[in-house]
Order: sequence, then C-alpha cells, then structure tokens
Amino acid sequence: MKKFVNEVDNILSESLIGFGKAHSDIINVNLSPDFVSRKNKPNKDKVSLISGGGSGHEPLHGGFVGYGMLDAACPGQVFSAPTPDQMEAASNEVYHNKGILFIVKNYSGDIMNFEMASDMIDHANQTVIVNDDVAVEDSTYTTGRRGVAGTMIVEKTIGSLAETGASLDECKNFGDHVNNMTASMGVAFSSCTVPAAGKPTFELSADEMEFGVGIHGEPGRRREKIKSANDLTKEILDNILEDLKPNNNQEVLLHVNGFGGTPLMELYLLFECGQKLLEKKNIVVTRSLVGNYTTSLEMAGGSFTITKLDENIVNHWDSPVHTSSLRWKI
Amino acid sequence: MNGIKIFDSIRNIEITINNHKEEIEKLDQEIGDGDHIFNILRGLQELLNLKDKLVDETSDQIFKQLGMKIMTTVGGSSGALFATLLIGMSKKFNPELNDLNNLSEMFYEGVESMKKRGKSDIGEKTMLDVLIPVSKTLINLKDESNISKVAEKIIIVAKDGMLSTKDIIATKGRASFLGERAKGHIDPGARSSQLAIEAICNQFINN
Repeated sequence: MKKFVNEVDNILSESLIGFGKAHSDIINVNLSPDFVSRKNKPNKDKVSLISGGGSGHEPLHGGFVGYGMLDAACPGQVFSAPTPDQMEAASNEVYHNKGILFIVKNYSGDIMNFEMASDMIDHANQTVIVNDDVAVEDSTYTTGRRGVAGTMIVEKTIGSLAETGASLDECKNFGDHVNNMTASMGVAFSSCTVPAAGKPTFELSADEMEFGVGIHGEPGRRREKIKSANDLTKEILDNILEDLKPNNNQEVLLHVNGFGGTPLMELYLLFECGQKLLEKKNIVVTRSLVGNYTTSLEMAGGSFTITKLDENIVNHWDSPVHTSSLRWKI
Repeated sequence: MNGIKIFDSIRNIEITINNHKEEIEKLDQEIGDGDHIFNILRGLQELLNLKDKLVDETSDQIFKQLGMKIMTTVGGSSGALFATLLIGMSKKFNPELNDLNNLSEMFYEGVESMKKRGKSDIGEKTMLDVLIPVSKTLINLKDESNISKVAEKIIIVAKDGMLSTKDIIATKGRASFLGERAKGHIDPGARSSQLAIEAICNQFINN
C-alpha cells in the first residue's frame, strides 16, 4: 500500500485537522466526536442541515459545509458509518431554532446510525434519504438503491432553500423531490485500497471494468471488458433515462463525477460524450458540473448523474454557495 | 444478576469468540468483507475495559452503558445493531424478578428492538436467525426452575438457528449481494451470535 500516511489509525484525525486548518475561514473541525461545522453562524433562524457518512468520499460531505449548503458533516471511519454521538454533538452545535434535517445516503449502516441519532436528539428533526444509484436494487451494503453522487445535488439545493428560512417540512419535501428527479450510475476501472485493510478491495484485470460499481468498490451489475467512452456513456445514460423518463426538451443538470483516480481530462471527455448523446435525445443540458465530488479513495472510473430541472431546482442550484469544494456567486 | 456476573459473561464470550477467530474470519471472507471478527473483538475489548468503572452499577445502567460504548466505538451496521440489543435489554430490567425471568424479558425486548432497527426478521440469513428463536424459547421457559436444563435447551436452539442460515438465500446484510452464491455458507454473524450465547449458557451450567 502506497499512501501518504504516518500511522494508519491516525489517518482520519490528521486529515481532519489539516482540513480544518486549510479552510479555517469557513469551517471548524471538532474531534472526538468528529464533525465539521460552519464557522460563521447564520444571522437568522434556519433549518440546520447535517449530513455524514464513511470517510473516503471526499470532498463529500465535509467539503460541502458552508454558506448555502450544509451546516455540519459527520465523517465516519473510512467507508464506515459515523456513530450517533457525532450527529448528536453536531446537532447541538449548529441548531438554529428551526429543526434539524439529516441528509443520508441509502446505506444500511448510515441509515441505522442516523436513525439512532434521530432518537437521541431533543430537537425536531427529519431525514432525507438519497438513493439515486440506478445500478442495483439491493447491494452489498444496502436494502434498496444506493445513495451516490446525486447526494451533493440534494445537499446544494436544500442548502439554498434552508437559507431562505424555509420550514423543516418544506426542506424535507424539497429534498425528497430533488432525490426523485435525480439518477446516477458509474463504472470502475480499478479498485481502491482501504488503509486499514492495506490491500485492494477487489481485483480487476487490465482490460476489465466493474459496471454499475458502488462508491466503496462494492460490486455493481457485472464485470466485463472495457469499451469506448461513447459506448459506455450510451449504456449508462440509457439506464439513467429509463429511470428518470424525461419529457421531450427536458432541461437537466448533467454531473460527471470522478471516483478519485481518473484525470479531469477524461471526465470532460465523458461530459462531451454525455452532452452529445442527450442532445440527440432532445434533452437539454442547461447546467453542468464536472469533477471529483463523490470519490472512492483512489478508485479510477466515474459516474454520470442527471437531475431533471424545474424552476425551483434551477434557482436553488444557481444560488450563492461558499464551501471548500463548491463556491460560486459569493 | 450483577456487575460481576455480567462482566464474567462478556469475558467468557470474548474467550469463546477468540477461540473461533479463524473460523469466523473465514466464513466472513466467503460471503462478507472479512472485518466482522475484528469489529466484534474490538467491541468486546472496549466493553471489558469498562469493568472497573461499571461493575458496581445497577444492571440496567450497566447494559445501557455497554450499549452506548458499542454504539460510539464500533460503528457501522453491526455497532448500531448490538448497541440496540443492549440498550433494549436495559429498558426491561426489573430488580423484582429472578434472573431467568429478568433475562428472558430483557433479551426478548432487545431482540425486538434489533428487528426494528435492522428492518429484518427471521429467515434472512442474519444473526437474527439465532437470536429470535433463542429469545422465544427463553420466554417459553422463563418459569422453569432448573436453570441448567434451560441453558442446555438454549444451546441446541442457538445451534439449530445458526445451521439454518446455511440454506437460506440472503436478502439482508452483506451476504445479500451474493444471492445464490452465498447458499451453503453459514452466516458469520449467526455463528458469532451462537457462540456468544453458548458461552453464556455454559456459564449457567457450570454454576
């Protein structure tokens, strides 16, 4: 295993401390229990958005803490759900009198630990469960579809709505709505290595890929020979569009997400393939996002996410945001 | 029931699980990702570390604190589930009842909480295939006067439950992805739960 590491057991805390120092203008990092929170308190009451999940998906979720997005994020150990005391402590830190909204990717461990947190905290709270991955119905770590790269789109848009002072119910309903309008699917070209395990999670030979891979390197639909970017794009987008059933001239956000080990050059190439194909199908890409936002450590590969846009979603996507990994108009 | 007996049980569970470490690891590598045994042993060690702090507390407090410790240190699905079991048990503790009555009611409540937390039930190739039959048998036998006889019966029920997971096609937990491929394999969570129960039963039989 070749990684930047001092002691394997300290990887997470050392990384969190560094993250806190690098972005000390906008976030605080609390250790034991671990959580990242917004530094500048909002100047009015608002619903507090808290997300979290296993580490190894950076910048998700800590990189999305800040104005217009999350109030706090709770990182678990690598690929392992955070524990309820983290969510409880984060809730107490960022409560702004309008309730707590948890945003949780649909993975069994995350669901159970956030449920326990929900039982433990005294503040009114609700949960939006993101399950955008159309690759598999049940998987190694889930009952039902997995929550993957679409999560950050849900976080961005609810984050914007929460800044307007919307109620907990409004934020919860809007989050469910954005989740329903969003679908994703990805492919892996190589494995990733969980530091504590020290060896690759799975093996792929030089000309193989895992089609429909999850964001922990867990299996997708099938393992097969690699294909051209155009062929892959077609196969992935067909699956996504079958799920979203867009109307003619539907406007969409097209997000190409890298898993951590694929160069941006290839991700932009993938965006070009996707945009071209959607244009042929009379689907209009009016918003775009390309980059490594929901990663699986150093895994090579990437995913497409499409969100069908309506006026509300577009407005909340465009609104100002200031986090360490997503920033515009502010 | 008291702190000394509770921590004796945890120690016995830890010894038994440790003796079957390689076997459980192998089962987990076949149908899971191989970390089950390490999570369990780490969790048990964390619990044993609490002995000096908690041994003189009331039993319900001990179960609650043990649950909280598992919850905050083990993490993942297994941490949430075992924490739910222990905290669920703590809620039903009644100092008026004898040990068997008490333990039966507590365990039943704990397992019911676990079923809710995991949205899971018997027949899904998980540790519940051991825990549910054991909790039901305990309730049926809770007024039995011969505790050794109850313990012997529970050992058999737990073993049957564990072996039953061999032929189930998983729909929950990590084995679920493998579907048909996991058939013929005993669920590692069921095996470790069965061993833990056997360790506690042997403690009653030997006393």
